[in-house]
Amino acid sequence: MSHDDAAVEHSLPGGGRDNARFRAVARVCIPEASALDEGQWRDAEGIVARALAGRPASVRRQIALFMRVLDGLALVRHGRVFTALPADRATRLLESLSRSRLLLMRRGVWGVRTLAFMGYYARADAARAIGYRAAAAGWSARGESGVIT
Amino acid sequence: MIEREYDVVIIGSGAGGGTTAQELSKLVADGRRVLLLEQGGRLADDEFTGRELDMSDALYEDAGGFLTADGTTTLAFGRVYGGSTVVYTGTSLVAPRRVIERWNVPGLEHSDIERRSRRYMAENNVHHLPDDEINDNNRLFVVGCERAGYHAEQFPLNVRGCRGSSLCNLGCPNAAKMGTNRVQLPVAERRGVEIVTRAEALRVEDRAVIARVRARAEGEKGAPSEWAPGTYRIRAGIVVCAGGAVGTSALLLRSGLGRAVPRLGERFTCHPAHILVAEHTHPITNDVGHPKSFYLDRAEAEGFVLETCMYFPFVTAKNLTGFGAQHSTFMRAFPRLQMILVLACDKAVSGNRVTVDKSGRPVVHYRFTDAVITSLVRATRASARIFFAAGAERVHAPSADPQLIERAQADALDSLIDDRHFQSGRISISAAHLMGGCGMGRSARDSVTDSWGRVHGVPWLRVADSSLFPDALEINPYVTVMALADRTAQAVQQDAGELLGGSVTVTTA
Repeated sequence: MSHDDAAVEHSLPGGGRDNARFRAVARVCIPEASALDEGQWRDAEGIVARALAGRPASVRRQIALFMRVLDGLALVRHGRVFTALPADRATRLLESLSRSRLLLMRRGVWGVRTLAFMGYYARADAARAIGYRAAAAGWSARGESGVIT
Repeated sequence: MIEREYDVVIIGSGAGGGTTAQELSKLVADGRRVLLLEQGGRLADDEFTGRELDMSDALYEDAGGFLTADGTTTLAFGRVYGGSTVVYTGTSLVAPRRVIERWNVPGLEHSDIERRSRRYMAENNVHHLPDDEINDNNRLFVVGCERAGYHAEQFPLNVRGCRGSSLCNLGCPNAAKMGTNRVQLPVAERRGVEIVTRAEALRVEDRAVIARVRARAEGEKGAPSEWAPGTYRIRAGIVVCAGGAVGTSALLLRSGLGRAVPRLGERFTCHPAHILVAEHTHPITNDVGHPKSFYLDRAEAEGFVLETCMYFPFVTAKNLTGFGAQHSTFMRAFPRLQMILVLACDKAVSGNRVTVDKSGRPVVHYRFTDAVITSLVRATRASARIFFAAGAERVHAPSADPQLIERAQADALDSLIDDRHFQSGRISISAAHLMGGCGMGRSARDSVTDSWGRVHGVPWLRVADSSLFPDALEINPYVTVMALADRTAQAVQQDAGELLGGSVTVTTA
């Protein structure tokens, strides 16, 4: 990994620097994330960091670069970096990029939102909170059959 | 480099490799040495926990997040003892006659595919689930289809003692799914086939495989490899590649076979798919019970297939288009969600192919043709009709604008769901039916192998997986992979005397 690559990846969860950009994206994607405490944020960031560690370096670089692009675009459009934008403006910016004519922008949004969802919903307490109950024991864990009630 | 010598080396342990290993275990009785290499690990039964990320990491290539070159499609394929048969839902169908006839491969008859398919379906305990094991998510699909004027069909499944965990795609935690890890590979090992896990085939050379065996990382699931870590040159009279459409194509390209067979890597298809979700007013049984019990086959008429499905929190979140409050509202409705997977029956086209990058890593080039987009949009409209007919209050449709369609708008589906709203890179598209790259055909001018998996011009090299498909299959492919692998194994037995020397007992199917 070159020095530049290292600097870029530094801004990813688990990369060493603060995770302000990831948290800002996650709050836009999942409004409930604003209620996470520090321990829960660390869990989410740990999940994402482990997932990214196993992905090709090119994927990590692209995601980290897109996080920086987000900051740059926020600065140009709103005079503040993405992490400093109020929720409504951050949402509108991400929404407009997700509908961009440029595939690279759409892919960038898709990538960071996917990471945000991974960090948030792969936590056991988030799965419970939305009512997900799958278990190895299947039907016998529910005491019910497949018949519509 | 450590040297080893075998008569036959099989690369891959999924539907193709597992079948080949079981069939070629008959050679062991003749004193032949048969080896199978599997890149992934061998998991113990109690390591199948059903936890979403842990299992994705342990069972799938790139944890299930392998992306096509332009980043618009996620390809899911197994990397574990048993390959993709560990992570499929066990849906077991015979290839349609029209598809095999359209393939037009000299020497390949539908009747032969059907006969072999039925043998493996019996071996894998394929049957229909009884009515009382069908969950609401599936029942509502059947009801919706009936009311919308469609006829849903029940999937035959290869399960034994299914408890309805709904976790098939994360590896069955109850050892109920009859993949090659449960059926064919154990038979092969009992008969003397050696299986080495955590062994990645780097390239094939003239009658040899170069493979790297890696150590188990700290905290990684699965047993250590049967061999010591290191790089091996394994000499073999016959090499059978069964690493799947992506794995086998990339392996042979890395090995420089592209010069001998210029069609190598071409004609890649994958049944691109996306998930549609609808919200009901009351809870339904969805995350319990077999997730994929019914389907609607519109392949011939409209170019798509609909299947019931149910996914896990992260995968569901990822597959709902968009983000923010509306997305969260849908996620919080999880116990009331019904899901349908729509699959487009794509065609092999120029440019959709497997290549390798400078480091030898596979790169899959895949673009959506207009026909595929039209199929997905048609499928989305049909699904929305089925959801509303089943009583759903709102439907999330990625190729609609707005994406959330309320029941009151159900009469306007044709205008709301339209090709122009399909934006690649925004909609989550995934594929698990990876096909082609080493297609069967007449000669090296039009294909990579003959109908028995023999690579044109390279008699010691064979293929036995979904890379053999010259075009999309239009159904779930694993049974057809087993049938084709059975043919490859039969040809290996027939040719073994000539290629390996000495006498060989030939067993025909």
